[in-house]
Amino acid sequence: MFKETILKEIDDIKARYPDPKSALLPTLYIAQREFGWLSHEAMHVVAQSLNLPEAMVRGTASFYTMFKHKPMGRHLIQLCTNVSCMILGAERLVDFLKNRYSLEPNITTTDRRFSLVIMECIGACDRGPAMLVNTDFHDSLTEERIEEILEKYK
Amino acid sequence: MCHSRKSGNPEKRNWIPHQVRNDRQKIIMEKILLKNIENPDSADINEYINVGGYKNLSKAFEYQPKDVIEEVKKSGLRGRGGAGFPTGMKWSFADADPKFPKYLVCNADEGEPGTFKDRPILEKNPHLLIEGLIISGYAIRAEYGYIYLRGEYPYAKEVLNRAIRQAYEKNYLGDNVLGKNIKFHLAVYQGAGAYICGEETALIESLEGKKGQPRIKPPFPVNVGAWGMPTIVNNVETLSNVPYIIEAGAVAYSQIGSKDCPGPKLYCISGCVEKPGVYELPMGISLRNIIYTHAGGIKDGKKLKAVIPGGISTSVLPADKIDCPMDFVSMPKHGSMLGSGAVIVMDESVCMVKVTYRALKFFEHESCGKCVPCREGTEWLRKILERIEQGMGREGDIELLSDVSETISGRTFCPLGDGAAGVVIGMLKHFRHEFEEHIKNAKCIFS
Ligand SMILES: Cc1cc2nc3c(=O)[nH]c(=O)nc-3n(C[C@H](O)[C@H](O)[C@H](O)COP(=O)(O)O)c2cc1C
Repeated sequence: MFKETILKEIDDIKARYPDPKSALLPTLYIAQREFGWLSHEAMHVVAQSLNLPEAMVRGTASFYTMFKHKPMGRHLIQLCTNVSCMILGAERLVDFLKNRYSLEPNITTTDRRFSLVIMECIGACDRGPAMLVNTDFHDSLTEERIEEILEKYK
Repeated sequence: MCHSRKSGNPEKRNWIPHQVRNDRQKIIMEKILLKNIENPDSADINEYINVGGYKNLSKAFEYQPKDVIEEVKKSGLRGRGGAGFPTGMKWSFADADPKFPKYLVCNADEGEPGTFKDRPILEKNPHLLIEGLIISGYAIRAEYGYIYLRGEYPYAKEVLNRAIRQAYEKNYLGDNVLGKNIKFHLAVYQGAGAYICGEETALIESLEGKKGQPRIKPPFPVNVGAWGMPTIVNNVETLSNVPYIIEAGAVAYSQIGSKDCPGPKLYCISGCVEKPGVYELPMGISLRNIIYTHAGGIKDGKKLKAVIPGGISTSVLPADKIDCPMDFVSMPKHGSMLGSGAVIVMDESVCMVKVTYRALKFFEHESCGKCVPCREGTEWLRKILERIEQGMGREGDIELLSDVSETISGRTFCPLGDGAAGVVIGMLKHFRHEFEEHIKNAKCIFS
């Protein structure tokens, strides 16, 4: 089960909606924050704390790409390759990440430093190619800039 | 050349009047939606109040809710989320439904590739949106509002949550707003990376804690929406227009931009232009004007090849078709749609097969799987496009692309499938030769 403080956080969320089921997405985010990813155990805890069937919790969790079903590296790189970023060279950056960091889409590096996910537009199209590292936006990316930026994420 | 605001006096403004000029005149317009955003503290409530913020809320409360709806109807405001539905009319449908409680939902899912227009409002002018939400909630007599925010905007979430806290502190939100015995509560709901959740019924499902799969319509959300109750779903930009409509009045508002589709519009320009970005311009400005005058023309002196005018789901336009007024009413007559106003500009070096392939990869990934034509069709289209792009296209592939697209069109649960099919149909209409050459030469002719 979650700690008391977290149960309180979940109760506060439930109170905002006419039906407590709405707290499912927010609670999945909380579980991901606490456990790092959504293991079966984590989803079991979510189901218990919201009094929902586990099948519903897993069904919902599996629908959304931002819920992670395996452990992630310390830093999550979310790189956009949709059309605006593609036109500005995003694919080259995918190759670069592979060659420079042995980092491929949906893979975590062996030192667990980075995980990479390819994104469908992150709303930074005017300064593409763009990526999120954890919750930080980085744009106008080139090979050199990526290397420089990733230095900061150990 | 920016001049000060004279409420209710449209003559004083430098906006294009009721005709669209296709010339290259630079339009200098007083900022309504992006007002004050150069101020680094623009997201703070005090800064917003300093430039006149929340005054329109008190003004709106002097009207009856029905009169606010009438004013918005009269203004001609159309929804900025993509479909361009008249906002006041939508509100009056929810108002006419006798069921209570009613809910107001702000669509901040902004998932349409190429779109980044709601982001500056969310990150830099959140109180404009909040003021718009409170006024709109008052109009439709909703006591609860929710902002459905895409998961990919973590910074906007922080800003919004802080802004909402501030609005509660100043009594703009709560059980007794401004001591007027009006109740309005607001919360942010964070999506989790599903484009389909931008579609209003999928959004509602997601808000209810479920998978984001669209519902069959009718019933429409205005009657049976969130938790089975009458629900208004409006886009961020739509709601952010509301305070100004109250301030200037419907008549003055309707003088801005196109006659059938008035108001300020946020256009987002990306791709091969000198000055990409979000531009606030009068609705109905021509695509040519946006690209050449405001966005500085094509980058590195290259030649324009094609434009996707309203986000990836709208049909491509070739370079010689850009003299079209960018509004919801005109664009369909010119072979495309305004969509989210996301203009993606492509120069002569961009491969149209590759763009189509990448677009379909997106649709395949984002298809929710509920209905067969979309789920299977987008995968088929992607596979065919992939092999053409990789030099393995076969004779008959182009006909197959058309056939699959035509089969998807009009046969899906929601417009996602139509969008995917429309992209392929539009590309084949204008750039068929590129597909043919890829197949003939057995390689991408641009690599
Ligand atoms: C696949 C799909 C994705 C959509 N994504 C968005 C979106 O991200 N933001 C948005 O405001 N509307 C989006 N819409 C449109 C909404 O369904 C709805 O029309 C809109 O939120 C209504 O608000 P408006 O009247 O203010 O435009 C999408 C529609 C479809 C079919």
